[in-house]
Amino acid sequence: MARNPKRPLSPHLTVWKWGPHMLVSILHRATGSALAIGGGVLLVWWLVALAGGAASYARFVDLMTSDSTGRLNLIPAIILIGLTWSFLQHLCSGIRHLLLDTGAGYELKTNKAGALATLAISIILTAVIWGLILTKGAL
Amino acid sequence: MGNGTSIGRVRGLGSAHAGVKHWWHQRITAGSNILLVTWLVVSLFRLPLDSYKALTLWLSSPWASVPLILAVISVFYHLRLGLQVVIEDYQHDFTRVIAIVLLNFYAIGGAALAIYAILKVAFQGAVA
Repeated sequence: MARNPKRPLSPHLTVWKWGPHMLVSILHRATGSALAIGGGVLLVWWLVALAGGAASYARFVDLMTSDSTGRLNLIPAIILIGLTWSFLQHLCSGIRHLLLDTGAGYELKTNKAGALATLAISIILTAVIWGLILTKGAL
Repeated sequence: MGNGTSIGRVRGLGSAHAGVKHWWHQRITAGSNILLVTWLVVSLFRLPLDSYKALTLWLSSPWASVPLILAVISVFYHLRLGLQVVIEDYQHDFTRVIAIVLLNFYAIGGAALAIYAILKVAFQGAVA
């Protein structure tokens, strides 16, 4: 955007102290973008591999899993854990946004507690889900 | 805020009168995503994902293929609205137009591919 460089910038960007509400706000955008690109591409890739028939799907599974153990390879595992957390964080923070849209939850304490709750829930649920997947030995 | 000056309106400055629809559709698809994507994530968790046979059997039922198609529509519409806001916040010159066009190609192309793939598996039925 056209800006007169002689004019001072608003100082608030460097002066304000980081709070959980700010972190959750930018994480909503970051996790949303990661889900939109990473999750979207992976979902389409998975479905097209499945539609291509048994051989095509076997190639997809072969790429994602190790031949010797049959478990997920490291890179797909890291991506899927990241997408799981991104989904849960975006979900919790999205529900918080829907509540904020009603005009509720703007009191300082409530707002901070809500922001912290989205972080706690997303991290705990990601740990529980992947704990179950890894101990079950499924994929 | 008024409607701006006449010349401003000619130059396309000011409200395009699409903001409320964008805001509301973002929230509607947020709601449908909560239901449909949670269903998808739970399904993926329960399915044997390395089994082609199990997955084709799953998608041969309309109770799986139809919610999956709805999830694709809801997700790709929601991500198109969301990424539009991200682009508008960070891209200010002609790159904004290019980015929005690419976003539309991605959203429509991705959803079309996914829906076609689901229907193909659904109509071919479970593999014996």
